[in-house]
Amino acid sequence: MRGAAVELALPLALLVLLFVVSSNSSNFYFPPLAKVLDRFDTLWLGQRFLGDVLPSLGRLIGGYVIACLVGIVIGVPIGMFRPLRRAAEPVLEFFRAIPPPALIPVLVMLAGFGDTMKVAVIVTGAIWPILLNTVEGVKSVDLVLDETCRIYQIRGASRLWNFVLPSASPQIVVGMRIGLSIGIILMVISEMFAATNGLGAAIIVFQRSFEIPEMWSGVMMLGLFGFSLSIAFGLFDRRTLRWYYGMRDLERRS
Amino acid sequence: MAANAVVSVKHLNKVYQSRDRRVEAIGDLTFDVDPGDFTCIVGPSGAGKTTLLKCLAGLLAPTSGAILVNGHAVAGPPAEMAVVFQEYGRSLFPWKTVRENIELPLREKKIAKAERTRLVEWQLSGGMQQRVAIARAVAYQPKVMVLDEPFAAVDAQTRADLEDLMLRLWTELDLTVIFVTHDIDEAVYLGQRVLVLSSSPTRILDDVFIDIPGTRSQAATRIEPGFAELRTRIYRGIQEAKSAARAASEPIKS
Repeated sequence: MRGAAVELALPLALLVLLFVVSSNSSNFYFPPLAKVLDRFDTLWLGQRFLGDVLPSLGRLIGGYVIACLVGIVIGVPIGMFRPLRRAAEPVLEFFRAIPPPALIPVLVMLAGFGDTMKVAVIVTGAIWPILLNTVEGVKSVDLVLDETCRIYQIRGASRLWNFVLPSASPQIVVGMRIGLSIGIILMVISEMFAATNGLGAAIIVFQRSFEIPEMWSGVMMLGLFGFSLSIAFGLFDRRTLRWYYGMRDLERRS
Repeated sequence: MAANAVVSVKHLNKVYQSRDRRVEAIGDLTFDVDPGDFTCIVGPSGAGKTTLLKCLAGLLAPTSGAILVNGHAVAGPPAEMAVVFQEYGRSLFPWKTVRENIELPLREKKIAKAERTRLVEWQLSGGMQQRVAIARAVAYQPKVMVLDEPFAAVDAQTRADLEDLMLRLWTELDLTVIFVTHDIDEAVYLGQRVLVLSSSPTRILDDVFIDIPGTRSQAATRIEPGFAELRTRIYRGIQEAKSAARAASEPIKS
């Protein structure tokens, strides 16, 4: 209860401050917060939520889920087999070094302006931290646990499921968290580049037609969008890695 | 004797070979373990005890010589063997409950369910964790149970309890036990037979039959004259091994 109050105090204070400072603003580019909030209310809590927020969310989730699945599926064998790792690592490092927005023109050429392109952009960006962290996590499994599996004849799929994946999961989740932020960035960029709906497209359209309070309300919506996803991810994280955080807290206390 | 030995080690030799170093860990070891025996293996630190154990468990391939378990040459971890490691904290799966930890090898082996408990592995004390590891080994119904300094990292009282637990399990369940320890008292207290190893490259220095009759108890057994005699004999053996090793490693002066 008190923790929540402390956490909410600063955001609220900032909002109030902005509200007061901007209330008499006559600057065209920085309209009063009251006006932005008013637009936010009419724009984003009605039709626009269905028309822009949901399509954005759909693209993001689509691309992100594919990135997670492909990243983990490719990362596990690379992490498990040393020769494969040595062969793959330079290539992975190279692809990771390419800024994903640079691929948008290429992907537009290949996949057109539709959702496929946007999902592909999100996948090409979000997959790297997930893949590389999976490789790292799988590579560094505990030797004693590995020998325990061998002693008790735990092999193949059972070894993967009961040992390799859980022991790599803290690292995989770190990769997934980074992948999610990259995915949101790429979702917005790809929508700004070429889209008829979605948060990124809406912000660009408002900016081009000089509807500045509307544009700011879109930025605000995007902030809340990212923030909610981050909270959702936090819940997922706490849930899947309960054993890991419990163990770590215990080690710290002793 | 060799005909019905559960474990038979024949001229075992293990050399660790890297690009510019060659370390002979085990020189030449030959011994048999009969069904139902409780054999302790002691030796000075660096005597290759862990190497021997890993060879026995099929986790390391010998350089030359052979190990037979139940008459079959060991090529990988034999199905009829369970191993308890010293590092209990790293040999149980921290993401699994106690019950799941014990059940996992049984599920692989398709054996009926064990008792259920909701406690999670990392919430237990060291002694309890090692009890779970022993429970898992026993539930696996091995012919041979191998323990690598299992009680080296627990406190003295817990250690005494765990030693008695081992003795009880051994008598009640008709197990064959190979118990590696650096503690001479523990070896004499638990074993029917103690193999004393030399420093590396390891050979057998002494093969001591522990003729302390009757049920052993922490209070009575340790003050019997026979107990003191045996521990002195083994202690001297190990001291001699150590000084011989020191003499061998010193540069020759002329």
